[in-house]
Order: sequence, then structure tokens, then C-alpha cells
Amino acid sequence: MRRGGPVLGRWLVRAPPVLWLGVFFLVPFAITVKISLSTPVTAQPPYRPVLDWSAGIAGWRAFFEGLELTNYAMLAADSLYWEATLSSLAYAAGATAILVLIGTPMALAMARASARTQPLLVALVVVPFWTSFLIRVYAWIAILKPEGLLNAALLKFGLLVQPLEILNTPLAVMIGLTYAYLPFLVLPLYAVMSRLDTALPEAAADLGASRSRIFFSITLPLAMPGLVAGALLCFIPMVGEFIIPDLLGGSETLMLGRMLWIEFFSNRDWPIASAVAVLLLILVVGPVVIFRGAEEQREEALR
Amino acid sequence: MPIPIPQSLEPLLRLDGITKSFGAHRAVDTVSLDLAQGEFFCLLGPSGCGKSTLLRLLAGFETPDAGMIRLGGEDLTGLPPHRRPVNMMFQSYALFPHMSVAQNLAYGLQGLGLSRSAIAERVEGLVRLVKLEGFERRRPDKLSGGQRQRVALARALAREPRLLLLDEPLGALDRALREETQGELRALQRRLGTGFVVVTHDPEEAMALADRIGVMDRGRLVQVGPPRELYERPASRFVAGLLGDVNLIAGLLGLADGGLRSVHTELGPVRALASEALAGAGPGDPVVVALRPERLRLGVGDNALSGTLVDTAYLGDRVRRRIRMADGTILCASASLLDEAGGPVVGDSVSLGFAPQAGWVLPA
Repeated sequence: MRRGGPVLGRWLVRAPPVLWLGVFFLVPFAITVKISLSTPVTAQPPYRPVLDWSAGIAGWRAFFEGLELTNYAMLAADSLYWEATLSSLAYAAGATAILVLIGTPMALAMARASARTQPLLVALVVVPFWTSFLIRVYAWIAILKPEGLLNAALLKFGLLVQPLEILNTPLAVMIGLTYAYLPFLVLPLYAVMSRLDTALPEAAADLGASRSRIFFSITLPLAMPGLVAGALLCFIPMVGEFIIPDLLGGSETLMLGRMLWIEFFSNRDWPIASAVAVLLLILVVGPVVIFRGAEEQREEALR
Repeated sequence: MPIPIPQSLEPLLRLDGITKSFGAHRAVDTVSLDLAQGEFFCLLGPSGCGKSTLLRLLAGFETPDAGMIRLGGEDLTGLPPHRRPVNMMFQSYALFPHMSVAQNLAYGLQGLGLSRSAIAERVEGLVRLVKLEGFERRRPDKLSGGQRQRVALARALAREPRLLLLDEPLGALDRALREETQGELRALQRRLGTGFVVVTHDPEEAMALADRIGVMDRGRLVQVGPPRELYERPASRFVAGLLGDVNLIAGLLGLADGGLRSVHTELGPVRALASEALAGAGPGDPVVVALRPERLRLGVGDNALSGTLVDTAYLGDRVRRRIRMADGTILCASASLLDEAGGPVVGDSVSLGFAPQAGWVLPA
């Protein structure tokens, strides 16, 4: 028992995350994969095969024989899914690029601010989280709609003659994505930048470097881990984003998150919705694996 | 019409009334100073005395509130750091962690309009200068402390500055390496003929390195002079205490006596040399006699004093004795072991004395 103590303790520490991942990720994922290999039927549940526990071995055999890859074949054959996939990736990549352009100077300015104002600036970045995500996206409808705040202001100041058509366009989706994900890019980047040794840019200036050379040769390379982490933190959920394209993009918007929703709720085609979910997961895990690989290679090179 | 100063007489660096405040705190207070061509200058002072701020003003990281900085006749006061013919070696070294040694050294050379091969040649020369051959491709975190120090030095010298600023350049090295590096730094400075300004809080280091030392106290430059002058003829109690151990014997000023002044101390009358700071002082003014421990000798002689030996510390190359005087003050005497044969033991009554030229009378 005395020898078992530390082992037991170690397992007690390990168990919660393992259980968490098992119960809330692996099991649901296995169920999703299983459903993606099934055939839709009008029944309860709306797919087949369903494992018949009472039939023993024969039931298991029937169950596995009933599984097939037709849903994936359909995803590959139907150009709509390809378009939705590409369009999701394009939206996510475009918004990530805009976020990098907006967020990098913002994080830099925060990191350069005086030690007393920095906590205030961080609080300002975080403060929107006090309001529900859904409500904040709804607020953008009020801003962007033809008779909304933005158009009213522009018309009032005589900058427009006719209201701009922004809501239910790709532009509205980009605005929404950029707005909603900015903190996820800024915070990790700021965390890295605020820890950079302030003597490094000074040393670079002392060696004759202009401000822009200091930024591109010293600050940016050293902040790169934070920038990549922030970009992934934005890109990954944006690929599968549903609320923003649904509320701001209108019915025309093609994104995987919306496809999934339509297949699941409108068409009640659980198997194809599950196949879309699996596809989404692969799309999203891909960049992480590539990033980790690059990171490991870089560390290897430094050794 | 101003008379033009001949080029050779023009100082390398001239500071004129430099003042810098941070809020209500005056970090540097009307500092004026001339540095000769090729001079090795040390700024010495306790932490917070403003010596690092003065260095940052020279580098251009801070702008003075008042005063002027001229280098070889050129006004630097408003110039940003990257336009000054001045380079700095940082206390933390500030090596770029994502670059190799060679890339660190080349950083300052890029943008000078040199060809790729000229840069490579200069980098090679710098690597040889600080004896880092074979380490060109290493990253800073794969170097020892001493190697990093040399990379930082070479990087600061890469642009061949007219003036090199060094912020505690040896502070991060261990003792043995520090003494060796002091010698190397001195030799390098003589060879290059570049003006060096070193900031340090270590008086021994300042004395070992510098042609002249400037002592700073609360933002002011309180005394400037060669090491020997500062050690033996300090202008104030503060400078006396900063440069090394010192006995301070309080007393009242007596009359002038030849080149000496007599002082009535609690321990009896003594005679010693007086600082110029006492030029206006008259008999009866409170003063202190500053006396280095190695100048206080056992035995009877001039300025005879007596007390009781309370402690003897053997320090290898010398012994340090603490002697309690009649009024309770403790004086410290250190003597070379070469002169020792036996000597008193703790509790013995001892006679002490010092040469009048060894004592130095300062305002109290």
C-alpha cells in the first residue's frame, strides 16, 4: 500500500484529463465516425445499421456489414461540398490574414505601453467576452443592415447617397469573423511580445537599424511563436464557424459549418452531416500537425 | 569672434550641463565633462546614482532635458541612436537570440552599403579579434558567459565607433575571468584607440581599467580624476568611502602648519594634508581625517595614537587589525605580511601612527 501510494497519486492526477478526453472527445468522435459510415433512413434514430445487442455475434456481423463509405463518396462527388470546403478555408485564411495585419500592431502597441497602462489595455481587449458571443454578432446586424447604424451615420454626414449593401454579403462575414476573433490573435501575441527583452530593439537601434528593420529583423521573428499560436487559434474555429456566416452572411454563404447545420437539422441526414464533421476535423487538425512538425524541426535545428 | 579650436585640442566628447529628470527625480544633474581622444573613462557610483542614465543619454536612448553632447565637434544632442557614431555594449549583452554569432556581428554592418564579401571579411576580423574562431555558427544560448561577453564586445565594435559605451561589461563574469578580461579590455582599447566609457559600481574594476574615473552621486558628477588621485586625495567623505575602506577620524580644524593642517581629534592632536575643499575653512570648523587602513601602522611614529587590539583577520596577502581607541571608535589597520614578525595578540595595548602625508583632512 505504501508503495502503491505514489502510483495511485499519479493515476489520480492523470485520470481527470484522460477521462475528460475519453468521455467528451473520443466517444462522441467514435459515434460521429460510425454515423458517417451509416445510411440515412426515415426512422428513429434516422440512420442504419443500429447494433442489435440481443443478436450476439450475428448482430455484430450485420452491424459491420451495414457500414459503408457512400457518404464520403458523395462528399467527394458533389461539387457543393468542395465549394463549401474551399470557401470555408478561404474565409478562414482571409480573415486570419486581416487579423494578423490588425492584431500585430495592436499587440506591439500594448507591449510597448507603460507598465501601468498595460493591464488596462488587456482588460479592454477582454471586456467584450463579458457579453454573449451570440448577442455581439446580433449587434453587428443592427450596425450593418441597410437602415443600420453604419449606413445612417454615413448618410447623415453626406458620405453616401444610397445605403451600402453590407449585411448578407461576404464582406459582412469577414467583418464578423475579424471582430469576433481579434482577441484570440492579440492576446497570445501580446503575451510573447511583452516578454521580449527591451534591450534587444535598443541594441538593434544602436547598431544602426531603423524602426522598420528592428521590427522585421528582431521583434517579429522573436514574436513568431505567439503569432503562429494566435493565428491557429483563430483559423481553426473559423473554418467551422456557423453563427457568423448564418447571421451575417445570409442564405447564400457557403461554409462547412452551415452545410453541417442544414444537413443535420433541415435535411435530417445525420450520416452526411457526420461525414462533414469528420472532414472538418481533418481540415482543422492538419494545420496543427504541420505547425507542431515545423516547431519540432526548428528546435532540432537549434540543437 | 570665437577663436577656432585646433583639431588636436578638440576633446573627443564634450558634455555641457547635461540634465535629465524622470518625473520629480533628477537622474542626471548638470553634468559637464570632457573626454580626450583615446581615453578610457569609468563612471563609478552606487546603484541609482545616474551613471547608467548618463550612458543611455550618450547612446541616444534618452534625450537630455537640458545641456549639449558633442562628439568630435559634432552636436549629437538630438540624434536618434541609429544615427550616432557611438555604440553600446549592454549589461545583459542583448545578443539577438535567434541569430548566430556571425549574424549578430554582421547586424551592424548591414546597411552601411558594404558588399556581402566585405561584411564577411569584417565579421571574420571581429571573430579573430575576440578569439571566437570556430563559434561563428553557434547561437548565443550555446555559448559560455565569457564567450557571450566577447560577442557583445565585438558586435559593439563592428561599426568602428568613435566612442564605445560599456554598461557593467564585466558584471556577469566570475572573479577569475573578470580579472583576465580587464587586462584584455585594456589592451584592446589601447590598440584600437577608441574612446571607452565604462559604467561600473566596482571601484577595483574602475581603478584597474580607467585612465580617469568620474564619481557620480545622486545625479551629480562629484569628482573626476585618475584612480590614484581619487583613492588618495578624495574630494569628499563620499568619494573616500566609495573607492575603498577608509578610517574617518572626526575632529576640529587647527592651524596651518607648513603644508599641513593640525586637527584636534578625540584621539589627540594629529597633523595631515588638507583637501582644497577646506581652503575657506578656519580653525574650529568640524572636519574628518580620512586614513586608508594600509596607511595606519603599528609602532610609534608621527601622529601617535594608542588603543587595544580587538581583532586580527588573516587575509593571505595581508593582515587586517581592528583597534578600539580610548573613546570607543574602531580603527582598521592593514599590513602586508612581508613586514610581519609575531605582532601583538588580541587584547594587547598597541601604539599606532601614520605619516602626515598619508592623512587627508576633509570637511565633516
